[in-house]
Amino acid sequence: MQRTNTPRAVARWWHGFVATAAMMALAPLLFAEYTLTLLAIYALLALSLAFVWGLGGILCFGQAAFYGLGAYTYAVVSINMGGSTLAVIMGVLVAAVAALALGAMMFYGRIGDVYLGVITLVFTLLLFKYASSTAGSEYVIGQARLGGFNGIPGFPPMNVPGRPDVVVYGLGLYAVVAVAVLACWALLRWVGSTSFGRVLIGVRESELRSELCGYDVRLVKTVAFGLGGAVAGLAGVLFACWAEIVTPEVFSLGVSAEIIIWVLVGGLGGLWGPMLGAVLLGALKGWLGMQQWMDSGLVMGALLVAVVLFLPQGVMPALARLASAGRKEGGHER
Amino acid sequence: MDQLLVSLFDLAYGIATLALISAGLALVFGLMRVINLAHGEFIVLGGYATITALQWGVNIWLAMLVVAPLTVGLFGLLVERLVIRWLYGRTVDTLLATWGLSLAMAGGMSMVFGTTTTGVPNPLGPVQLGAYQVGGYGVFVVCVTAVLMSVMYLVLKRTRAGLVVRGAMQSAQVVAALGHSPQRIYTLTFVVGSMVSGLAGGVLAPLVGITPSSGGQFIAKAFITVISGGASVVAGTLAASTLLGTVSKFFELLATPVVGELALLVSAVILLRWLPQGITSRVFKGSA
Repeated sequence: MQRTNTPRAVARWWHGFVATAAMMALAPLLFAEYTLTLLAIYALLALSLAFVWGLGGILCFGQAAFYGLGAYTYAVVSINMGGSTLAVIMGVLVAAVAALALGAMMFYGRIGDVYLGVITLVFTLLLFKYASSTAGSEYVIGQARLGGFNGIPGFPPMNVPGRPDVVVYGLGLYAVVAVAVLACWALLRWVGSTSFGRVLIGVRESELRSELCGYDVRLVKTVAFGLGGAVAGLAGVLFACWAEIVTPEVFSLGVSAEIIIWVLVGGLGGLWGPMLGAVLLGALKGWLGMQQWMDSGLVMGALLVAVVLFLPQGVMPALARLASAGRKEGGHER
Repeated sequence: MDQLLVSLFDLAYGIATLALISAGLALVFGLMRVINLAHGEFIVLGGYATITALQWGVNIWLAMLVVAPLTVGLFGLLVERLVIRWLYGRTVDTLLATWGLSLAMAGGMSMVFGTTTTGVPNPLGPVQLGAYQVGGYGVFVVCVTAVLMSVMYLVLKRTRAGLVVRGAMQSAQVVAALGHSPQRIYTLTFVVGSMVSGLAGGVLAPLVGITPSSGGQFIAKAFITVISGGASVVAGTLAASTLLGTVSKFFELLATPVVGELALLVSAVILLRWLPQGITSRVFKGSA
């Protein structure tokens, strides 16, 4: 494990952060902000699992559950309140509370890796089934009809806090999402370098040893899981603002699988790699969606199998290693 | 009285379908500790094999009971050779790889067969049960499941091959020292498990509309049935499908089928919370 809090590592991280921020600021000059916003939301979602799985070693098969909860909560609350400020807060809160509750149930029950995967998967399916079955007019929360498979359309979009008439959309929404991504990245990186974060990494490396050192592994994992859920919920809220409709699709297993693929391809253990993985694969999927001859599921699935088989450390880290090895060899020649 | 009989039959049918879709996964998980998340797509593949065979003019029974298991068995052999073999002992990686396989298979099948629902004609008429009628095909499904479970039990418990397979799962080294190849046993087990999944797909094809994406509805139920059942293949599957099938039926009668399915999932989560090793870690311990 590399030290992350030496002055040099911190300086390097800040360079990367500023470079990423600059790239995100310049990207709308080259690409349509509509696509960029979605890709940035994907990056945020990847970030949430990169933290839970990469730093905490908790493989959650149902990150889509918290993403979907965030999106649904936003839709329901914004319809009832007529504005977005409270809806954003509630979306994040509901996702975080759900993650904390589910996490507490699992980690205090000391459930193993595989069973953890099963329970998170089943939790997502439960939400998917329930959300799809709410087609009747009796499924109403306040003034919001859940709408079953067709989802909830036409809720108020994001607006400037306190000014329901000033709507945030287009480039403005992209800016909001980009700031959210950067802020969450910085926040999670900071959490990772605190003593809590180091205990979390210790738990990932050896649960037994951390426990023998006197740390409450259950609490640490639950809190980390809740934090990951909150970030995923924020991604869901932003997705709802971007798509202007939420459907049960947000809870689907395909979404959960994609998040895992992004993180795996981007490299487990880091935060930046998974975000890049999400952006690149999200763009690839969008491009494949436009092609008629190739199903994107086939490509994503084959990619996942190939990565697990051949590059369990992730594609980006492997490329990085290759590049640095090449550089060293070049140095020897000179 | 007659109504009770019909309800009981309904219950038996629910339990049987649950056991049928879980059997293949249970074999592979119980004996090899490999969780095949593409299991649902294996079942769907069995369904498509049946449909394709029917379109080629094969007799429906032959298509269901022979063509489907053979096709999926062959596919299983391929998957074991190319993917599963390299991941033995890495449970989480197996989960991820087979999940990828499941996505790829669903995508591939929708490219080949299209995304519309394809039906298979129901070959059996209704059967009189007292004053009521029940579907004859439902009776057939219950019988197939009963036979399948009995065969699996007898093979595992009473034959030499079953003994060797069970031995390999307890200690591959000892079995290897006795002159059997664990690698080959694993391959064989996976292929047989795939064949059972294919059979399930073939038998269920007339009842459920098969689409490339319907793997998801099988995998969830099969998955939790197997995990709740625990390590014993036959006893665990039967115990878990009886318990979960009854819970689901009960809530279905109280409310709607959707509530029944939700109750099934919730009860599985609660069960796992208290018995993380499955039902057979407490009762029916050591049975096949």
